[in-house]
Amino acid sequence: MTTNKRGFAQQLWDFFCSLRLTIFLLIGLALTSIIGTVIQQGPQREYLATLSETKIRLYSALGFFDMYHSWWFILLLYLLTLNLICCSIKRLPRVWKIVSEPVLVMDDTFERSLSSVRDLKLRGSKGELKEKMVSFLKAEFAEPVITEREGEYHLFAQKNPWCRLGVYVVHLSIIIIFIGALIGSFFGYKAYVNIPEGGGVSQVQGRGGKTIDLGYEVRCEKFSVAFYDTGAPKEFKSILSIVENGKPVAGLQKVPVIVNEPLTYKGITFYQSSYGQSDEGVKYHLTVRDRKGGAPVKLDARQGERVALPGGAFLSVMEATQNVTPFMKGFDGPGAQVEFTPAGGNPQPFVILSEKYESFNAQHGGDLVITFDGMDQKFFTGLQVAKDPGVLVVWLGCFLMVIGTCMAFFMSHKRVWARVSDKGVTMGGSASKNPTGFEIVFDELVEKINKA
Amino acid sequence: MSSSMLFNVTMIAYMVSTCIFFAFLASRSKGVGLAGTYAALFGFVVQTAAIGLRWKESYDQGHGHAPLSNLFESVVFFSWTIILIFLFIDFKYRYRAIGFFVVPFALFGMAWAQLSLDSNIEPLVPALQSNWLVYHVITCFLGYAAFAVACGISIMYLIREQIEQEGGNAQAGGLLSMFPSIKVLDDLNYKAIMIGFPLLTLGIVTGAAWANYAWGTYWSWDPKETWSLIVWFVYAAFLHARITRGWVGRRAAILSVIGFAATIFCYLGVNLLLSGLHSYGK
Ligand code: HEM
Repeated sequence: MTTNKRGFAQQLWDFFCSLRLTIFLLIGLALTSIIGTVIQQGPQREYLATLSETKIRLYSALGFFDMYHSWWFILLLYLLTLNLICCSIKRLPRVWKIVSEPVLVMDDTFERSLSSVRDLKLRGSKGELKEKMVSFLKAEFAEPVITEREGEYHLFAQKNPWCRLGVYVVHLSIIIIFIGALIGSFFGYKAYVNIPEGGGVSQVQGRGGKTIDLGYEVRCEKFSVAFYDTGAPKEFKSILSIVENGKPVAGLQKVPVIVNEPLTYKGITFYQSSYGQSDEGVKYHLTVRDRKGGAPVKLDARQGERVALPGGAFLSVMEATQNVTPFMKGFDGPGAQVEFTPAGGNPQPFVILSEKYESFNAQHGGDLVITFDGMDQKFFTGLQVAKDPGVLVVWLGCFLMVIGTCMAFFMSHKRVWARVSDKGVTMGGSASKNPTGFEIVFDELVEKINKA
Repeated sequence: MSSSMLFNVTMIAYMVSTCIFFAFLASRSKGVGLAGTYAALFGFVVQTAAIGLRWKESYDQGHGHAPLSNLFESVVFFSWTIILIFLFIDFKYRYRAIGFFVVPFALFGMAWAQLSLDSNIEPLVPALQSNWLVYHVITCFLGYAAFAVACGISIMYLIREQIEQEGGNAQAGGLLSMFPSIKVLDDLNYKAIMIGFPLLTLGIVTGAAWANYAWGTYWSWDPKETWSLIVWFVYAAFLHARITRGWVGRRAAILSVIGFAATIFCYLGVNLLLSGLHSYGK
C-alpha cells in the first residue's frame, strides 16, 4: 500500500518533470491560441448575428468568446508553470554542482568521458612544466586551480561557468512575468473615459462597468486633430491638466497628450485613444452674398437648424468638417453639406466650401452665393486609462528572459584540465555548447603551447 | 537615381544569385558557389543603399521616417534581413549550397514588393509615430529572417534524408553531393533558430513595451500578438524537443518548417485574413 502510494507520488513527480509534457503543453498552447484569433473575442452583435444558434451555444460553453481567460486555457498556463518549477527543482542542483564544485582533477575515468584530450610535446621536470602550464593557461585561457595528488599536479581552468544557469534564468523569468501579470490583474485596472473640451472628470468607467475614483480631476482644456495633405490623420492632441483637491498640480498643467505620448500621475496613465464631436452643439459660420450686389451678410447656424436667408430662402447645415481633404481630394479648408430651400421651391442638397472656392460655391444657391467660413466645434477626447502596478515586475521578467536566452545560446562553459607529471603533460577539455567550435579553440591552445 | 531603381537592381542580383547557386549544385565547382555568395552580397549592398535612399526620400518629402512603415517597406526589409542572416551563416560555416534554398525567399520578397505592392512613401499615422516602431520591427524581422534560413536548411534536410532513404547513392553523386551532411544540416537548423529565438523574444518584448507605452496594455491578445506568441511557442517546443531523445533530425526539421509557416502567417496572414491593431498591409 505504502509502496503503491509512493509509486504514485513518484509517477506524478516524474510526469511533471517530463520534457514530453513541456512539448505537449507548448504545442497545445500554440494550437489552442489559434482559436481566439479566428473567433472574435468579446464579440460584437454584428458578429454574433453571423453565427448559428448552436455555434453560439457551443462557443460560450467552451469559453471561446473570452478564450484567453477561459478556465482551460488558464489551466494550461498553470500546468506549464508547474512543469517548469518541477523540472527546475529536479535539474538545477545538478547544474549548480557543476558550477560551484567543478571537477578539479582529471583522472583516467574522467579523461575517457572527455571528447578532446591530447598529450602535449613538452619536456622538462614536473615543477617546470607546472609553472609553464600555469602561466600559459593564465595568459591564453583562464587562471587555473592547482591540485596536487599522488605526485602529479592537476590544473583546472574554466570560462563562463555561470552561463549554464542561463536556461534557469529564462525559466525563472517566465514565472516572474506571470507574477507581474497576476499583480496587474488583481491590483490594476483598465478604463476608458470621454472628456468634453473645457470639462473634467474625477471618475472613470472600468471594464465591466465599475466606477473608479481617480483621487483627482483630469481636465481637457482643448482637443485638436491635424491631417496630412493626403487626408491621412497626422496628430490627435489633447491638452490635459490635473487638478487635485481643487488646486492645479504644478507641472501638470496644459500638458499635450498625443498618441504614443501619454500622461502619468500617481500611477495612473492617460492615453490618447479616440475623439468625437461633443453633443454640446456646434456653431457653423456662413456668409451669404447676393449675386446682384450688396453687402455680404454673416450668419450663424446650429446643426440641422433652418436659418432664414435674405430673399425668403432657407438653409440648414446637415454636417460639416474643418478639413474636406479626406472627402474631396484636391480641396482643403472647411466644408459643409447643406440643404438649401429657395423661396417656394424644393430642398436642394449641396456642398459649400470656404471663400477660397468662390466659383465652386457659385454653382448653387439661386440668387445667392453661400460660403462656409468654418465652425466652432467642441470635441470630446477619448482617453484610455490604465493602472498596472505589476508592469515593472513584467519588465524585470522580460529583461531576465532576454539576458537568459543570450546566456543560454551565445555563451559556452568551457573547461580545460591539465595533468602534469614527470612523463609530460596531458590536456583535456569540454564545453557546454558548440562542441565543434570548442574543438577548434582546444586545438589552437594545444598548438600554441607545443610551439612555446 | 531613385530607390526604386536600386530595388530593381537588388531583385535582379538576387535572381542571378539564385541561378548561380543552382549552377553550383549542378557543376559542383567551388568558384561557382563563391560567385553565388558574391552576387547575393552585391544585391545586399545595393539594397542597403536603396533603403537608405528611400529613408532620405521620405525626408525630402517633408515627413521623414524610417522605411519600415507599410507593407512594401516591411517586405523589402524582410528580404534584406534574410540575406543578412544568410550571409552571416554563409561566411561563418561556408556551406554554399544553402544559398539555393534561402536566397529565393529574399528574391520572392523583392519581386512581390516591386511588382505588386504600393511603393508610395506615406507619412506616418499617429499610432506609428514612435521610436519603438524601429526597435520592434528590426528585432522581429531579424528573428523572422533567421527562421526563414532555418526553414531553407530544414527543407534541404528533408530532401537529403528522403533521397538517402531511397538508397539514392547514385543521386548522391549529383545535386546532393554539394549538400552538407544530414548531421550538419540538423546542427545548422538549430544554430539558425538559436539566432532567431532571442531576436523574436526581443521583438515580442519591444512590442509589448510599445503597446504598454502607447495604449497602457502590454498584452491584449490582439491576433498579431497572439500569433507571435504561437510562433514563439513552436520554437520553444523545438528547443526543448532537441533535449529530448528522438526529436532531433526529421521531426526537428518538420517543426522548423511549421514554425516558419506560422511566422509567415503571423507576418502576412494576420493582416490579410484577420483584423487587429497592426495596420500593415490594410
Ligand atoms: C513547462 C515549461 C518548461 C519546462 C519544464 C522546461 C524545461 C527545460 C529544461 C529541462 C531544459 C534543459 C535544461 C538543461 O539543458 O539543463 C530547458 C531548456 C530551455 N528552455 Fe525550457 N522549459 C519550459 C518552458 C520554457 C519556455 C516557455 C521557454 C521560453 C523561452 C523556455 C526556454 C528554454 C531555453 C531557451 C532552453 C535552452 C535550450 C537549449 O539550450 O537548447 N523553456 N527547458
